[in-house]
Amino acid sequence: MRDIAIVAFAQSNCVRDAGAKNEVELIMPVLTEVFAQAGINSAQDVDFTCSGSCDYQQGAAFAFVAGVDALGAVPPIKESHVEMDAAWALYEAWLKMQAGDAESALIYGFGKSSPGELPIVLSQQLDPYYLAPLWVDTIAFAAMQARYMLDQGLITERDMAEVVARSRRNAMNNPHAQLKAEVSADQLLTEAHYEAPLRRHDCCPVSDGACAMIVCTVEKAREWGKPYAVIKGIDHRIETHHIGSRDLARSVSVEQSAQALGVSNGPVDIAELYAPFSHQEIVLSRALGLDERTVVNPSGGVLAGNVMMASGLSRIGEVAMRLIRKEGRRGVAHATSGPCLQQNLLTVLEAE
Amino acid sequence: MSSSAEILSQAFTLGYTYTRTTGPVVGQFLTGLRSRKVLGIKGSDGKVLMPPVEYDPHTAEALSEFVDVADCGTVTTWAWVSQPRKAHPSDKPFAWALITLDGADTPMLHWVDAGEISAMKTGMRVKVRWAAQTKGLIGDINGFVPEDMDLTTELEENTSTEPVTGIDAPSYLTYNFTAGGATARYLAKLKQGKLVGQRCPSCSNVYIPPRGSCAACGVATTDEVELTDKATVESFTIVHIPIPNNPIKPPYVIANLVLDGANISFLHLLSECNNSDVRIGMRVQAVWKPAEEWGYAMENILYFKPLDEPDVPVDQIGKLAEGGR
Repeated sequence: MRDIAIVAFAQSNCVRDAGAKNEVELIMPVLTEVFAQAGINSAQDVDFTCSGSCDYQQGAAFAFVAGVDALGAVPPIKESHVEMDAAWALYEAWLKMQAGDAESALIYGFGKSSPGELPIVLSQQLDPYYLAPLWVDTIAFAAMQARYMLDQGLITERDMAEVVARSRRNAMNNPHAQLKAEVSADQLLTEAHYEAPLRRHDCCPVSDGACAMIVCTVEKAREWGKPYAVIKGIDHRIETHHIGSRDLARSVSVEQSAQALGVSNGPVDIAELYAPFSHQEIVLSRALGLDERTVVNPSGGVLAGNVMMASGLSRIGEVAMRLIRKEGRRGVAHATSGPCLQQNLLTVLEAE
Repeated sequence: MSSSAEILSQAFTLGYTYTRTTGPVVGQFLTGLRSRKVLGIKGSDGKVLMPPVEYDPHTAEALSEFVDVADCGTVTTWAWVSQPRKAHPSDKPFAWALITLDGADTPMLHWVDAGEISAMKTGMRVKVRWAAQTKGLIGDINGFVPEDMDLTTELEENTSTEPVTGIDAPSYLTYNFTAGGATARYLAKLKQGKLVGQRCPSCSNVYIPPRGSCAACGVATTDEVELTDKATVESFTIVHIPIPNNPIKPPYVIANLVLDGANISFLHLLSECNNSDVRIGMRVQAVWKPAEEWGYAMENILYFKPLDEPDVPVDQIGKLAEGGR
């Protein structure tokens, strides 16, 4: 595998409602920022552009096509899109670069979930015969998973509250975070249940926003004279959509990806884990075999702000920028999609 | 449409009115439900999977051996919804649950009408509450109830004999759509009877309606430019087929029009002319509704009508300065 360098990353603030901003107006500021970081002018200066978004979130057909208006695609550029989190857009670009078809790429993701009722919108991505007609939503799946783990004594409600307290505290150092506070697990545990056994703070907020990244070969990064972090490997796995056939207390796909990528072959200084619900951070940390030597979700993670379709790429960007700032030597970033961590994409990164 | 400051928003509902074919496995399961029978399917390892799936999740082997399972079972995990959403199957508090039916080895997802949270427990026994009328849908199970609850609903028999091969699966999602910043400014001016585009600071092209960027240069557009309502036909089509829900009677003309001073076209209607006289390069002007009817919409212009001016040569279309020359 060829090392791929991350040379630029930018993200918008996570906000509950971006109001009068269309996709172009959401994307353009983060594009401008990554072009400046990389020292290039536009998407014309990279070999490939790939984005991740989902039109169902905002209910605007072909919003992802309209988003291309932000790129300056005249003369035509090589461009692609995934109806997934932009972490998978990075994966597509990474594969293209592994194949030798591109030496540099622009990746971006955006999400405007505020116009709709996000948990209900997401219910319609489920099995169309057995699940979607019941309108079972994302929170319900997470709540059933949490209870399954609580019943077996694999976690406690205090463990969950401690994840949230750490997220809120870490988010105080993240200017883009939506939810931040100095709050103790004890205080959190006094709050009422929302969708029992989950409390409202166990669930990520709904956020609007965007993020962008520029990746290139290590040779190109040196040519550009920019600091960078290196992607050592990416692994994506999916579990069955048949929820009854999964062990909800584990993430088998993350365990397999971690093994395939050799996560445990060296220290993991930083991990950014896409855990939309507090207990899922525990599932992921265990699947990755992380211990107290790893700083988990120093940004606050998605409990502090969750831009659907951009948050996965932001996890990777967060780790990369921290490695560039010498906060660690080696890190792991995780992105997810689907109910109860159905799909997982793991990235191992190292400092330059 | 509501307007506060520069935010224009409007609620709308998107309907995805799909019908779906079931295939033999899902079809047989739904045919069973229609007769108030629950069927599981045997997986590669002999275990009974619920609800039936076409392929074994572990071996990917095609599955076909159906097994009767009971319409009662045990809750393996659950979540309590204290404030049901509008789309949810119950408007009273209820539980989502994974339920392992007697005779099955994997749990299925459904909902439990237990009345209150204190009546829910992992490991509790529940039974199917059948819908009064069955249709061959997952909703033929009108939720589960605690096993000891008496059910008194009259059950009608569905006498269909044809197997279920398809379902109606419409889904409606309601959004509050918000116009973008550039669009909102454009619509606010349109309400005043003005056509205001935006100029690219890089290539100077003028876009109307503006989207906040120059798609060619990839830069934000902010300079606003007020344009006249005179335009040139860039291309057109004559519509002869009726479009459902369209009040305009065919045949009618839809044209790509470039306003004087603009560099990109938009679609509008052409009228007050013989359709056969419409041609590329033709000069036209907007016919507006009465000012008191103006809203945040391009419908403020009823249509465009021909102007008694010489045609514009094809290579000049989209390059006219303000004033038409």
